[in-house]
Amino acid sequence: MRGSEIRNSEVELQQFQTRVGIAGFAVLIAFGLLAVRFLWLQVLQHDVYQAKAEDNRISIVPVTPNRGLIVDRNGVVVARNYSGYTLEIYPRRVKNIERTIDDLTEYVDITTRDRVRFRKLLQETRNAESLPVKNRLSDEEVAKFAANRFRFEGVEIRARLFRQYPFGDVGSHVLGYLGRINTQDQQKLEDEGVGANYRGTDYIGKAGVEAAYEAELHGTTGFEQVEIDAAGRGIRTLSRTASQPGNNLSLELDMRLQQVAEIAFGDRRGALVAIDPSSGGVLALVSKPGFDPNLFVDGIDPQYWAELNGSIDKPLNNRAISGLYPPGSTIKPYLALAALETGKRRPSATIFDPGYFDFGGRRFRDDKKGGHGVVDMYKSIVDSCDTYYYHLSNDMGIETIARFLGPFGFGSKSGIDLAGEFAGVLPSPEWKMKRFAKQPAQQKWFPGETISIGIGQGYHSYTPLQLAQAMAMLATGGTMYKPRLIAHIDNPRTGEHRELPSEVLHTIPLRRDNVEFIKRAMAGVNKEGTSQRAFAKVEYSVGGKTGTAQVIAIKQGEKYEEQKVAERHRDHSLYIAFAPVDSPRIALAVVVENGGFGARAAAPLARTVLDYFMLGKVPAGMDQPAPEIDSGNEEDESD
Amino acid sequence: MEIARVPVRRIGARLAEGIDTTLLVLMLSLSMLGFLALFSASYDTPSRVASQAMNLGVALAAMWLVAQVHPQTMMRFAVPAYVIGLAFLVAVALFGDVVNGARRWLHVGVTRFQPSEMMKLALPLMLAWYFHKHETSLKLRNFAVSALLLIVPLGLIARQPDLGTAALVGAAGFYVIFFAGLSWRVMGTIAGLGIVSLFPLWGMLHGYQRRRVLTLLDPSTDPLGAGYHIIQSTIAVGSGGLWGKGWLNGTQAHLEFIPERHTDFIFAVFSEEFGLIGNIVLLVLYFLLVGRGLYIAANAATVFARLLAGAISLMFFTYAFVNMGMVSGILPVVGVPLPFLSYGGTALLTLFIGAGILMSVHRYRKLVQT
Repeated sequence: MRGSEIRNSEVELQQFQTRVGIAGFAVLIAFGLLAVRFLWLQVLQHDVYQAKAEDNRISIVPVTPNRGLIVDRNGVVVARNYSGYTLEIYPRRVKNIERTIDDLTEYVDITTRDRVRFRKLLQETRNAESLPVKNRLSDEEVAKFAANRFRFEGVEIRARLFRQYPFGDVGSHVLGYLGRINTQDQQKLEDEGVGANYRGTDYIGKAGVEAAYEAELHGTTGFEQVEIDAAGRGIRTLSRTASQPGNNLSLELDMRLQQVAEIAFGDRRGALVAIDPSSGGVLALVSKPGFDPNLFVDGIDPQYWAELNGSIDKPLNNRAISGLYPPGSTIKPYLALAALETGKRRPSATIFDPGYFDFGGRRFRDDKKGGHGVVDMYKSIVDSCDTYYYHLSNDMGIETIARFLGPFGFGSKSGIDLAGEFAGVLPSPEWKMKRFAKQPAQQKWFPGETISIGIGQGYHSYTPLQLAQAMAMLATGGTMYKPRLIAHIDNPRTGEHRELPSEVLHTIPLRRDNVEFIKRAMAGVNKEGTSQRAFAKVEYSVGGKTGTAQVIAIKQGEKYEEQKVAERHRDHSLYIAFAPVDSPRIALAVVVENGGFGARAAAPLARTVLDYFMLGKVPAGMDQPAPEIDSGNEEDESD
Repeated sequence: MEIARVPVRRIGARLAEGIDTTLLVLMLSLSMLGFLALFSASYDTPSRVASQAMNLGVALAAMWLVAQVHPQTMMRFAVPAYVIGLAFLVAVALFGDVVNGARRWLHVGVTRFQPSEMMKLALPLMLAWYFHKHETSLKLRNFAVSALLLIVPLGLIARQPDLGTAALVGAAGFYVIFFAGLSWRVMGTIAGLGIVSLFPLWGMLHGYQRRRVLTLLDPSTDPLGAGYHIIQSTIAVGSGGLWGKGWLNGTQAHLEFIPERHTDFIFAVFSEEFGLIGNIVLLVLYFLLVGRGLYIAANAATVFARLLAGAISLMFFTYAFVNMGMVSGILPVVGVPLPFLSYGGTALLTLFIGAGILMSVHRYRKLVQT
């Protein structure tokens, strides 16, 4: 019994030891399996995981470039950058945004406007990392918040560059403004393949030169390799590729001239374009009313935006390139030139003006009751005789008129480097066919319609830019330049200087004596004609032509009486001019909306502008050349 | 001088009595590697290293005490330990604290503890005792009873739910039954049934448990959720390469990409900084440790001692294998610390008490004629 027990236990022990052996072998296999796994991960797949670990820890942080400056032709800075502190909320890191803002008011002055603007930003930009709730913090606010920042998870102070326009609303339609990049902008950037260069950039040019030259102004975004931890906090910078600042733009524009013109407008609506006829450089481009582009910089507050957008005055529309006006009598010098060039009239040929012109049973009235009597071509321009041009246009016919006016740029886009230019309408039978394609009854051109074309009424509608361009072309004797706002572009780092050459669009072979005759007649307008009062005692030679454009049609047989007509239905006042007469340095066109007779509103305005340009005469009310805005640290140069 | 040296030497000899040097050296080597990894992982909380040193001191003392206890004496503790453990588990099920959705903790006075941890030793102790009792007349019925002894606490732990601990406790129990000589045929049958029962079992799993299994199969399906741990720890291991990034240079660890980097995922920290070479060293040390334990078991005097020693040795293996398998992405994420490396007093205590038992078994390997 005892023996069997021992034997039994010996068998058991043997069995146990076998199983221990099996277990040991299993352990070896299992550890071997692990070793194979480690070999796979750490040797065979090492590169893959190495890359993943690097991806994990290294974050590419964009370094936003400084936007290029914009200066005028004299080097006066008209758009610059300044650095300021903003209080930014990271929406994804904040649980209750409204509560957080409430708490922040304890340390930072956050107005209702700031709140409204922030809410709008939040709605519009869904994927933004951070959004500013308050811009331009004072040093005191920065200090106060910094001391309490531990209380605000997801709220941080950031130093940012802001765009600033020292002249405020002066030149606003030329400069345009910056706005936050919205979804459409983003899409456009992606389509253009420059999306990566806009990482870290929140603002983009939305209008004017800021938009047209966005690619030049923006610069190249730099990148920093930052080691981050799992929570995304930056630990240290590993490498840095500096950003390249945007190029500086030098405008053809003379900001002082622009300012003079805008002050001359006062509260009146309208537009002015002044061009250097020898190059196409735009010296001044006014559209009134304007807006203060500085207000767009921080994200415009909705109330002001609604005011701008909803205003009957349409301050956001650039009238100089998109406002369409009938040229009125400013068309007459061109028609006279057309008649000379086509041989339809000699300058000395006269008509008798009884004060009206009867055609097809209709009576076309002259502005002057009783008429101008005997009128030759010189007098027709100087006194702006309508009847002369009723005859003239009837004799020439619409086809000839349209063929002659077309090369002067009437009814076609000038190609100026601004977005939103309108083409206007140069009336012709072909145009009418197309215009009324769906109303066959109205497609036919009636000879009677040609008559009012002669005095710049009817279907004519042109932009002030086109009027100025035509003026410049006449002043040069037949050369049409492409209008341009930018003279040269400079790279602030390399010093590379790029002139934008003036570009001749086309020339027309005009006879020199014909051109001289028209120019002399236009000089006569200012000496002894319709605008002689506006140009009394003028100290330089200047040619001009007044124009008055009807806003509402006056029934035949009815006299236009200003007092009876609502302000917005009054005639537009137009004026075109060039100076000096012999070798013109400036050509301009002015439209004063509802300003009445051309001689009354537009001509004196042009006089003010020309006086400044020709003589440096500064009008009253313009003592400060450039209103300096307190800007803290300026950041004009870039690293 | 002479006078002073004698008691010191005598105290030293007394302390060394019953201590298996091989085991101790292996465990201390592993602990030293653990301190290296822990120091690296604790750059933000250096006090953890000191705290772990204290844990080690306590664990060593406990090991020494247990090593002095004769296996025969230990047998007397088997039933009470098991019954108390079971009572605690029932108490947890009734009054336990819920932490992270699992009811695992029991308040005792001012502190609280996990009774399931206690079962890791109490269950093999109990089963070893049971088989020892029926040594002479082992029948299939005895295996059925032992299975019952195993399943009851296992069920309670799995219900908490704590699948990781349940698996470990179950493994410990199984090792005892395996060494006790359960026939291969029965084991085969049970394994077959087990595989078949996987399907209904799947339906009984909690949602997060299922997700863990699924994300193991394809961690990339949930890179920021449940898969995050596996992905990040696998990256840490893989980016370590052959030689590692060097001590204190692990980016995954130092930039906080590794979750639970002090405890369950400390192997990721170690592996990232010491590479494949470090891992092989670690595997060799574990293998030697387990091998030494199995050697002790093979030479043990009684059925109780050999079953207990065998089960404890394989427990060491199981912890190490499951943890490293989990961190390197071939096993699901279960809450299993890496033996001797992970931060934490309880686990260390359990391990060193286990080692103490091994030492005691080794010390009393010869049947003493009374």
